Amino acid sequence: MAAEKIYVFKRFERFWHWSQALLIIGMLTTGFEVHGSYTLIGFEDAVSYHTVFAWSLVTLWIFAIFWHLTTGEWKQYIPTTDKVVAMIRFYSVGIFKGEPHPYRPTKLKKHNPLQRIAYLGVLLLIGPLLWLTGWFYLFYGDWAAWGVSGFLSLEWVAFFHTVGAFMMLTFLIAHLYLTTTGHTPTAHIKAMVTGWEEVD
Amino acid sequence: MSARPKIILSVAAIAAMLTALVAFAIPAKPEASPAPQAVATLKKLSDSTADHSKFKELQKNFKTGPEVTQACLICHTEAAKQVQRTKHWTWESKDPKTGQVRGKKNIINNYCTAVLSNEKDCMACHAGYGWKDSSFDFSVEKNVDCLVCHDNTGTYRKLPGDAGHPVYKRREFPPKSGKFVEAVDLKKAAQSIGMPSRTNCGACHFFGGGANGAKHGDMDSSLQHPGKYLDVHMNEKGLNFSCTECHATKSHEVSGSRYNTAAAQTGPAHIRGKADASPAACQSCHGDKPHAKKDALLNQHTDKLACQTCHIPEFARNDIGTELSWDWSKATIMGPDGKRMVRKDSAGRRAFDSQKGEWRWESHVIPEYRWFNGTSTYKVIGDKIDPTKTVQLSVVGGGPNDPESRIWPTKVHRGKQPYDVENGYLTVQHTGGEDATALWHNYDWQKAIGTGMKAANLPYSGKYAFVETELTWPITHMVAPKEDALTCAQCHSKNGRLKDIQGVYMPARDGKHWLDVIGWSLALLTLIGVLVHGAIRIYSSKKEG
Repeated sequence: MAAEKIYVFKRFERFWHWSQALLIIGMLTTGFEVHGSYTLIGFEDAVSYHTVFAWSLVTLWIFAIFWHLTTGEWKQYIPTTDKVVAMIRFYSVGIFKGEPHPYRPTKLKKHNPLQRIAYLGVLLLIGPLLWLTGWFYLFYGDWAAWGVSGFLSLEWVAFFHTVGAFMMLTFLIAHLYLTTTGHTPTAHIKAMVTGWEEVD
Repeated sequence: MSARPKIILSVAAIAAMLTALVAFAIPAKPEASPAPQAVATLKKLSDSTADHSKFKELQKNFKTGPEVTQACLICHTEAAKQVQRTKHWTWESKDPKTGQVRGKKNIINNYCTAVLSNEKDCMACHAGYGWKDSSFDFSVEKNVDCLVCHDNTGTYRKLPGDAGHPVYKRREFPPKSGKFVEAVDLKKAAQSIGMPSRTNCGACHFFGGGANGAKHGDMDSSLQHPGKYLDVHMNEKGLNFSCTECHATKSHEVSGSRYNTAAAQTGPAHIRGKADASPAACQSCHGDKPHAKKDALLNQHTDKLACQTCHIPEFARNDIGTELSWDWSKATIMGPDGKRMVRKDSAGRRAFDSQKGEWRWESHVIPEYRWFNGTSTYKVIGDKIDPTKTVQLSVVGGGPNDPESRIWPTKVHRGKQPYDVENGYLTVQHTGGEDATALWHNYDWQKAIGTGMKAANLPYSGKYAFVETELTWPITHMVAPKEDALTCAQCHSKNGRLKDIQGVYMPARDGKHWLDVIGWSLALLTLIGVLVHGAIRIYSSKKEG
């Protein structure tokens, strides 16, 4: 039986995804160096690249938000309870038995319910946490002018920024692995590259 | 016009240009240069509007320093009064914040310890004549020494033992050294008068503590002709600043002092003369956001760091070096023959002297860093001490929660010096001189302390011992070129320069350890989880297959 193919990821979406992936990996690598976890390219360069990546990501996000709003694709992230149990059962049991994937993506619903929740968490929790704390971190010199020096301390801004970074790292690890759980181990990855997803 | 004449014309033009070039390349004959005299006169003209060698008041064979001063005061009627209000004259200063009366006259340090009873020697660096004991009259105008700051011949020298008078008669110095110091030609010196040069200031400030570079570490004779590497502002081939370029002076009041440091000046750069309460501070010219926009992150450091912290990465950046410790308890140890013993270190710097004790020197010294708000509290003569601890001769004020404080580089000079065991204060000792109680003459601590304490009007129990002391001074000279400033990671690392500085969050140095433990564990567990999950998938698919 020839697998059916559907076009799930549009050109901009794929561009957004991969450039964001590179930037996030770059930010994690440089960020943990700034945090003092290891020495790789040196503190000074790590700070410079981290800042450049941050501004690049800001730019990318402005386009991505615009795209999501204008195309209505933001609806893809609305959480649902439909088939959640089935998904959990699949990842914990069915997948080992070669059972078919309980979720069949369509153009209008390309993410399975667990993906929706995870991505929404990234977009609404981890992202904003990093953005907000990162913003204050970057503009430490302006706190006095903004009148926030009384409420903020660099120590805690850095703390929550690091919390966000660990959450993002954890997401990245899980995400990388889950890309192999499609129809075939490479089906999801191919889809993210070509836009076309093979489904049963 | 046809093509051929065009080519001919071009060739002719090029030939003409080449001929002209060759003609100009041949050096002109010397007699062709115009008006050489005018050029020479321009070069010779001094910066000053007055040539003191032309003044009739100075056409005199002056016998003494005070005679010269009297001549100066004929025209500069207010000069002596101005000088007499300054620390250079009084050797005393009152802290405007704490009210403490300090100054060279009143403090005890761990170099030569104290001035009292040693005035004849110490006053070689007093801007005056004749301060030999406590009877010195501070109101006598002719005793102000104009020449020590304004002589431009470089021949005016004041030696220990003369209570501030210059060398009037050729003399062997140091005694029995075979070296001689020539008598100063006071007439020449008086006629050479000019603004103070680095050599004038350096005559005292480079040699404090009794040897070149000994005291400050960021000031020594290498600043007379410094290169860019040593001092980016004084660089002889560059900006060539004199001391007074920063230490702007009005009415003989020299600005900028360790006793009242502008430790945390904020705001933009000042126009000279406008709102220049502390013209000697870096920010007076550079402002508190001195870095270019591309280095804007660096400007975010100025709320916690003094400029000096990054821009003076090391002090005593030369072979002269500076003294890091002085152990007076080793003084009076005599050589095997019972005579005075002197030893130098491998770089030729004093290492031991039976008169003075033992020293340790260092070049390229990495500063010790402290929070500092510009106000230090000094141990003055008679202050009680706790001999069970290292005595802080200067307590550097400020801390992380004080907005007036910045992290400053300091030189900490460590010493061991005598104190009165029963009265619990540091002693004043009579060191210099050839008399019956001088330590450097008789090698007897009891007598030396006895005379010193008498001069200080303090009771002496007769029992002395040695206590460890520390003297902490901010470092501010020998500013390096920006290429040599500290790099980020020199502080932003676990064991960086500022590892002991509390109260400030520094990325790469700080962070909550438990957050790292939880964070990395979470990431690791996730990794293990997905690997196990994947392994089971591969295993089960093979079993099925």
